[in-house]
Amino acid sequence: MEVLKIATAGSVDDGKSTLIGRLLYDTKSLTDDKLEAIRNSSVKKGYDYLDFSLATDGLVAEREQGITIDVAHIYFSTPRKSYIIADTPGHIEYTRNMVTGASTSQVALILIDARKGVIEQTYRHFFINNLLRVKEVIVVVNKMDLVDYDEAIFEDIKANFEKLNDNSTYKEQQVSYVPVSALKGDNVADRSNEMPWYQGDTILEHLEKIDASANGNKGLVRFPVQTVIRPKTEEYHDFRGFAGKLYGGNLKVGDAVTVLPSLTQSRIKEIYFYDKTFDEATAGSSVTICLEDEVNITRGDMLVKEDELPTIQKELRATVCWMDNKQLLPGSKYFVQHSTNRVLSKISAVKNTIATDYSGSKLSDGKLSLNEIGEVEIKLSKPVFYDSFTENKSNGSFILIDEQTNATAGVGFIN
Amino acid sequence: MNNTIQEIKKPIVNKSLNTLKANALESEAIYIFREVVAQFERPVLLFSGGKDSITLVRLAQKAFWPAKIPFPLMHIDTGHNFPETIAFRDKLVKELGVELIVRNVQDSIDEGKVIEETGKYASRNMLQTTTLLDAIEEFKFDACIGGARRDEEKARAKERVFSVRDDFGQWDEKNQRPELFDLLNGKIELGQNVRVFPISNWTELDVWSYIEKEAIEIPSIYFAHKRKTFVRDGFIWSAEDEVVFRAEDEVVEERTVRFRTVGDMSCTAAVESYADTIEKVVSEIRDSKISERGARIDDKRSEAAMEKRKQQGYF
Repeated sequence: MEVLKIATAGSVDDGKSTLIGRLLYDTKSLTDDKLEAIRNSSVKKGYDYLDFSLATDGLVAEREQGITIDVAHIYFSTPRKSYIIADTPGHIEYTRNMVTGASTSQVALILIDARKGVIEQTYRHFFINNLLRVKEVIVVVNKMDLVDYDEAIFEDIKANFEKLNDNSTYKEQQVSYVPVSALKGDNVADRSNEMPWYQGDTILEHLEKIDASANGNKGLVRFPVQTVIRPKTEEYHDFRGFAGKLYGGNLKVGDAVTVLPSLTQSRIKEIYFYDKTFDEATAGSSVTICLEDEVNITRGDMLVKEDELPTIQKELRATVCWMDNKQLLPGSKYFVQHSTNRVLSKISAVKNTIATDYSGSKLSDGKLSLNEIGEVEIKLSKPVFYDSFTENKSNGSFILIDEQTNATAGVGFIN
Repeated sequence: MNNTIQEIKKPIVNKSLNTLKANALESEAIYIFREVVAQFERPVLLFSGGKDSITLVRLAQKAFWPAKIPFPLMHIDTGHNFPETIAFRDKLVKELGVELIVRNVQDSIDEGKVIEETGKYASRNMLQTTTLLDAIEEFKFDACIGGARRDEEKARAKERVFSVRDDFGQWDEKNQRPELFDLLNGKIELGQNVRVFPISNWTELDVWSYIEKEAIEIPSIYFAHKRKTFVRDGFIWSAEDEVVFRAEDEVVEERTVRFRTVGDMSCTAAVESYADTIEKVVSEIRDSKISERGARIDDKRSEAAMEKRKQQGYF
């Protein structure tokens, strides 16, 4: 069965937690004891409806303040698919959490309060899902019950969002619009009786139709070696297997490959998954590969098809989202972790900062602060083998690790 | 025809609907195991004898085959284990040919480091933390691999795959490292360690379906059996083991039950069930309306119970 990962972002009042709770409820993913806890809490708070938001808000601090702070993962399934929701807060000060949630997701749900329409936060959510090349965006116009299920209001919001979409640099992105009342359950899983004017899919119907395997990669094989397996037992005395996860495309026994950074050529001799051999492995599988020739390979090396070389360089230009309280300054040193490589690096320059509301970029003061996004130039102590982020997500992204605190201080999308 | 991984899976997909899903989750878990071995010097797999840690062992085998699992297994023994679990553990370790480390909560009690709880709800579950932290220090483990899943409990939903703990084993949930794409940051200072959760994204049903598909052996108490039991607060408790406190007015009856988790006997309740095969268990879980931790009394103590225990270093 397929696994589809969904990113949601939202603020305190737009009903995101209620929407997720409703999805869980309508797909019968809430167990009796959880439903019971929701009932009790709702009664305790004096509500005359079920407060589904309680199904998701995990940490004590959040329950106290009634807001979502971090990234929470929520699971539900239908007979067709399994779903993982990465739920994040939507305020500007949580940009890093939104970026984190979007990094592993194939779908984004962008919530709009029907009473408020497209607001600054909507811009930011869409911008982030653009930047991170999230394939599908579902614009959820929520709280339709509070605007009398008025078609004109929905159409107006849709038109405003379309204008936003004109700014998009990611034209392949699929954007769809659904009028919803999460509280009442209209068009979440079940069709609404209140909005006969809407003939499109419900949220769940949309999700069920999305192809979870489509990831927008160009199809070039990238096999970063995680570790080398040498059992040194009698039976497998000469076994040398290169363990890693296959990205981008398929790899077959007999394929001619180039090993980076040595540029040595060889051919795929065997592909193992556990104790079985295969003729071909598909993208996304964690396999062990043996080559025909004895090649010296260690962690951090990469196998690619012989005529599909990535860029091999000691310099990077990337869009960076900064995630640390300590500012990013030119001249400072960080470890760049890119695929299975960790390389010491020095920040050459912070060229500009980019506004997350599509108002454009401005020349930076040379620094990048927490939750800011900007263009950064980085010098590396040894070369990495990369693609641009738009061509290959996994081989076009990296994290910056603080040399002193070891914190994951930023994430980069290579230009 | 090409013998691809995707294609070879098809014949294995039988009645279990979730089988193909395990492919993505399985590859993710194997990837995480390999990152652990590459990024840390002294990893250890925390083995409880439960189905989640047994699943971890199978995934570790797959990650490193044909080599042996390149790290030891460690069991923090509360002394209140179901006897079936211990027998199972010893047999498995022998088959794998890996080192097993056992550290006992009883020793921590005898050394006066922790005080045994008393009363009706007495449990050694909390006491495990001290024994675990001492063992981590004793062996200088820098990565402890565990079978926790994010679907188990609300506080777990925010746990990272690589979760950094300080010298006191504490979890600082507000200051966690962001995890982006597949990039796992395992850089730590001396004295810190990382808790690693390779099956973070699996649900209970995913684990059971995987056990079925892979024909993984699990302890017998997971299957329906006849047992002397008594009922308290709506939970069914084993009356066969003296570590479970039973008041005189609590009536013992024989019931057909199984256990959904195999934690400390003193805080693990049974459920009435006739599921005596793995197929029946999978379909029971699929139709189940009670969450797995619903039968763990230690979570019931307060709504924020798990989060508090985690901050103190509980697994």
